[in-house]
Amino acid sequence: MLPIDYALCVIALWLVLAVLGLALQGSPRAITRLVFPLGALGSLALAATALVALSQTPSVAILPLGLPDLPFHLRLDALSAFFLLILGAASLGISLYSAGYFRATAGGTLGLLTFEYHLFLASMALVLLADDAYLFMVAWETMAISSYFLVTTDHKIPEIRSAGFIYLLIAHIGAIAILMCFGVLQGAHGDFTFEAMRQNQLSPFWASAAFLLALFGFGAKAGMLPLHVWLPEAHPAAPSPVSAMMSGIMLKTAIYGILRVSFDFLHTQHLWWWGILALTLGLATALYGVLFAAVQSDMKRLLAYSSIENIGIIIAGIGLAILFHANHQEQVAALALVATLYHALNHSFFKSLLFLTTGSVLHATGERNMGKLGGLIHKMPWVALLALIGVLAISGLPPLNGFVSEWLLLQSFLLAPSMPQLYLNMLLPLGAAALVLGGALAAYAMVKFYGVIFLGQSREENLSEAHDAGPMERAGMLWLAGGCLILGLSPVFFILLIDNVSMALIGHDLGSTAASAGWLWLTPVAAERASYSPLILLLIILGGILFTFLAVRKFYHGRVRRGPAWDCGYPAQTARMQDSAEGFGQPIRQIFDFFFGVIREVPSPFDTKPHYHGETHDRLWTLLYLPIARLVEKLSTLIGRLQHGRIPLYLLYSFVTLIALLAFTR
Amino acid sequence: MNTSTLLLQLFQNVLVLLAAPLLLGWVNNCRSWMQGRSAAGIFQPYRNLAKLFQKDAVLAHSASPLFRHTPYLLFVSMWLAAAMVPVVAVDLPLSTAVDVIALVGIFALARVFIALAAMDIGTSFGTLGARREMLISFLAEPALLMVFFIASMIAHSTSLTTIAETFAHKQFVIYPSLAFAGIAFLMVLLAENARIPVDNPSTHLELTMIHEAMILEYSARHLALIEWASAIKLFAYITIGFALFLPVGIAEAGNWGALPLALVILVPKLAAAGFGLALLESVSAKLRIFRAPEYLGTAFLLAVLGILTLNLLKV
Repeated sequence: MLPIDYALCVIALWLVLAVLGLALQGSPRAITRLVFPLGALGSLALAATALVALSQTPSVAILPLGLPDLPFHLRLDALSAFFLLILGAASLGISLYSAGYFRATAGGTLGLLTFEYHLFLASMALVLLADDAYLFMVAWETMAISSYFLVTTDHKIPEIRSAGFIYLLIAHIGAIAILMCFGVLQGAHGDFTFEAMRQNQLSPFWASAAFLLALFGFGAKAGMLPLHVWLPEAHPAAPSPVSAMMSGIMLKTAIYGILRVSFDFLHTQHLWWWGILALTLGLATALYGVLFAAVQSDMKRLLAYSSIENIGIIIAGIGLAILFHANHQEQVAALALVATLYHALNHSFFKSLLFLTTGSVLHATGERNMGKLGGLIHKMPWVALLALIGVLAISGLPPLNGFVSEWLLLQSFLLAPSMPQLYLNMLLPLGAAALVLGGALAAYAMVKFYGVIFLGQSREENLSEAHDAGPMERAGMLWLAGGCLILGLSPVFFILLIDNVSMALIGHDLGSTAASAGWLWLTPVAAERASYSPLILLLIILGGILFTFLAVRKFYHGRVRRGPAWDCGYPAQTARMQDSAEGFGQPIRQIFDFFFGVIREVPSPFDTKPHYHGETHDRLWTLLYLPIARLVEKLSTLIGRLQHGRIPLYLLYSFVTLIALLAFTR
Repeated sequence: MNTSTLLLQLFQNVLVLLAAPLLLGWVNNCRSWMQGRSAAGIFQPYRNLAKLFQKDAVLAHSASPLFRHTPYLLFVSMWLAAAMVPVVAVDLPLSTAVDVIALVGIFALARVFIALAAMDIGTSFGTLGARREMLISFLAEPALLMVFFIASMIAHSTSLTTIAETFAHKQFVIYPSLAFAGIAFLMVLLAENARIPVDNPSTHLELTMIHEAMILEYSARHLALIEWASAIKLFAYITIGFALFLPVGIAEAGNWGALPLALVILVPKLAAAGFGLALLESVSAKLRIFRAPEYLGTAFLLAVLGILTLNLLKV
């Protein structure tokens, strides 16, 4: 059997599990005990298959399904394999977690949810395997719709319904652009297989049109500026494992789409300004996302904005790779591409992990507003520890995985040889500066996330009953946290894997140099230019801590007394005096005042029942979306005038249309 | 990596550990002299540390394990950071594992942990300090990284050893970009080490304190480790400054004879830097907290300008 056959078996398993979920509605225990763990097993098998397929020649399959004369074409090449690896590895943790998380959900809801959940998984896998535009669009739409129903699981709440609506709307605007992109790519030959698109040589104009449509269409799914608005609405609305899956995996399918179109179909036709466009948009998205993340008070919204930031970084990396590739600087292009893919892999681990920890917090406390949490490290030590790993990873701190991909990306900025376009030489350092600024702000947002939720004193009474995550939830999160550690500590191993993708897409890899100094040292170009060894770093830090600890014990003592907090001698402090989420974000809100739409109502000093109210708005709503909505409404009222409800009039319309069409086609 | 470089590494580890409080004592002494106070002597930091280590630690009731472990992590991170800087010689085995970007990462790691530990007790001052520290750092950290980028682009390497070696061996060329980088680095050094004009290490005035607010709940050995770590951090920053902008006298790879001379040259360099720092602190006033972003934004922009000049002029 070829790898693709194994992958298809996993998809079939997921589809069976989906139906099984519906069938087992009456016994929720069977669903959580059997269906989700089996789904996780499928994920494991898929990840293993992808790992094998990464270094093999592409395998293809044709399924006799679909329209007459248009069977489903499937292909598993290095790019698909890499994203299938993300899908399998991340969904393994999420499915394990779900087996514990959904225990308390009622049977009917759970049955539907199980159906949508596994359908969502299968459709994502099919998106990654599709080798013709028809199957791709079918899988893409199935993915959008199944995830829409997952987002609106709690459809009785009006906000969740409207969040789902925005999600569906933007998903479809994106889908239209993708469809048009495929229309351009097939180049009037009428052959919609990807193989034909690979062979087509488009003129620079049409190639650019295809690239722009792909960037727009897939960017809408990924949460790229200015199409990001659905993300902070939909992610908090969905149940936490679903948020984890959407943020950790589904956004990556959009990245896959951009890479597939730009590096597979158009890879000989790259124009340098595509790279600049993607780089600029990506960095703008990253800064935009992280600034909003820093001022959120809903923990899942904060993570959603942080996803926007990470997608921005990934898109910027793609832009960098395109730029270098267009200028025939293949070695650096490979470096940028590997860094980008590494970041996508990392993000699927740490963001899924963090969303799952918010799920546990939500289960234990029923609260999403960080300002009403606090002190959970005492009640939920496991979740707190795992969340800490996720927070350190996402903040890009050594020796965890977020740092590796940022390090690689910064190296590709630094090692950039001079460009033929002079002003680009000035633009690239600015790009590096923006990237670094985004990274530092991400640490701000994440300290806020962790500090306000897990540290300090409980802000509400009911938090004393919070309980730690159950064994299945813990297992799922442990897998993801372990992934963060391993990806951070042995980058060389994973870079050699990702090299296959880079080799397939641009014909260059880092293999010979990245591991030239042994597997311990990561040396992307040459040992004397840059080297980094996370494992040695970790060992030194741990060894140093042990040494210091023992030395202090040996020469002094380990006596500890417990007492009330000192706080400069102020005796009457309460948990209310800690920073709330708004308080911690206040400096960012003040510095970037011009950037946010801030509504603030401050009580007067004479108010006997003072009430403070503050909101931070996305200005793009009022600047971009509302005008468009008004325009659409105006247009539809204009068109509505055509409708009078009289049949002769409608017949007349049909007649006029027919005449017009005849005149047009003649 | 061979035995001799390993020995050198060990030597430097001990050197930074012991010399850092001395440097701090010297800075404090200079400041006392300039401000017309009688000085406590340059060995005062050691006496403080010894006193703190002997006391019983008091932990708040709401302290979690994170709070107890952070001082050790902070101490080791700073020690590691200082140990990889070419203080007296360049061929340190550690610098192959940690390049300048990772060095900034280690500083960031330590900062995130101390900010989290400050939030752990749940007091008003702790969270205030954490918030302000993160505010300072989100601009200071990129500025520092941009300074390192300028140096890396000149030396074609992100390894601090190679950078120092390149700068030490180049004929004297004036790099306009390094001038920008130097000013930016100095500004970051003041901000990151909790010095005037951004913070003041010698006050507990609640309206202004940043670093001191974060460590308010620490006592005894934990506080001693944090104070020692701060001294090492200052030492690391100053020696990084030497490696980048004044690599005079640092012994080359394999040149063991130059080591004593390098040590001798290091002393006046450190003394001058400490004196300069005290002078800067004595003649300038502390900024309001919301002026600090402007100050650090200036540092960041200067560093970016430095990179642009480097790219434009190609020197």
